[in-house]
Amino acid sequence: MSQSYNRGLVEDFGRWKEFSAGMWAWIFHKFTGWILIGYLFTHISVLSTSLGAAGNEAAIMNEADIYTTTLQGLESLFLIRLLEIGLLAVAVFHILNGLRLLMVDLGVGLEAQDKSFYASLVLTGAITVASVPTFLTGVGL
Amino acid sequence: MAERYSSFTPGGTGWFFQRVTAAFLVVVLAFHFFLLHFVNHAYEVTFLGTQARMENIGYLLTMVLFLVTAAFHGVNGVYNALVNQGLKGTQKKVILAVLTLAGVALVAQGTYVALVMGGMI
Repeated sequence: MSQSYNRGLVEDFGRWKEFSAGMWAWIFHKFTGWILIGYLFTHISVLSTSLGAAGNEAAIMNEADIYTTTLQGLESLFLIRLLEIGLLAVAVFHILNGLRLLMVDLGVGLEAQDKSFYASLVLTGAITVASVPTFLTGVGL
Repeated sequence: MAERYSSFTPGGTGWFFQRVTAAFLVVVLAFHFFLLHFVNHAYEVTFLGTQARMENIGYLLTMVLFLVTAAFHGVNGVYNALVNQGLKGTQKKVILAVLTLAGVALVAQGTYVALVMGGMI
């Protein structure tokens, strides 16, 4: 395997029809990464409601504190549940493709790097679909 | 196989830490999702339950380490994605400073929140 491939700039998104599996993996990994770091900032903001809840023992015992009501209020929305399923899909793909990247970096299974990308996609789809019932428990439209 | 395929070259510390944090995050992110969506359910989360988990020092330390590594991995990832897109010069320095500040602020706020949840402060 001494030949090198010149596939052109992957940053040139306009030529997406010419992209190979590895280039799609690169783009999906970046896209899911942007979502995950964006979500992390949102997540810490929402969890910061615990600062307003701490110390109010009566409300905490009654599960009426601002942290509990904020989280349960968000969880009562169908849209939030859908977004959570999307987040799961994004996280699972990023994890699986990330494992693939670590293997590629270590030079393991390079010949199958395209197949492992397809496997990441299929596995992400399967795990996401299988998780839908759990994520939609107790919420109405 | 005369060629060396590994990209682990000496000197690339940012790149190297991106891989080290990745290996840690693969495990902890999966654990986090599993614990809070499949063992416990997100719609059942209460302050009492969160407090009970955070009072376990091992769990608290894992969550803080999770936050530190995720913030580094995410911010470093965004920075490198922008550099890939052609960011350079003064813009590159400004973006690095802004992203570093945002990452440090995120870790500081998240650690404070975790300590309050665990009743440590």
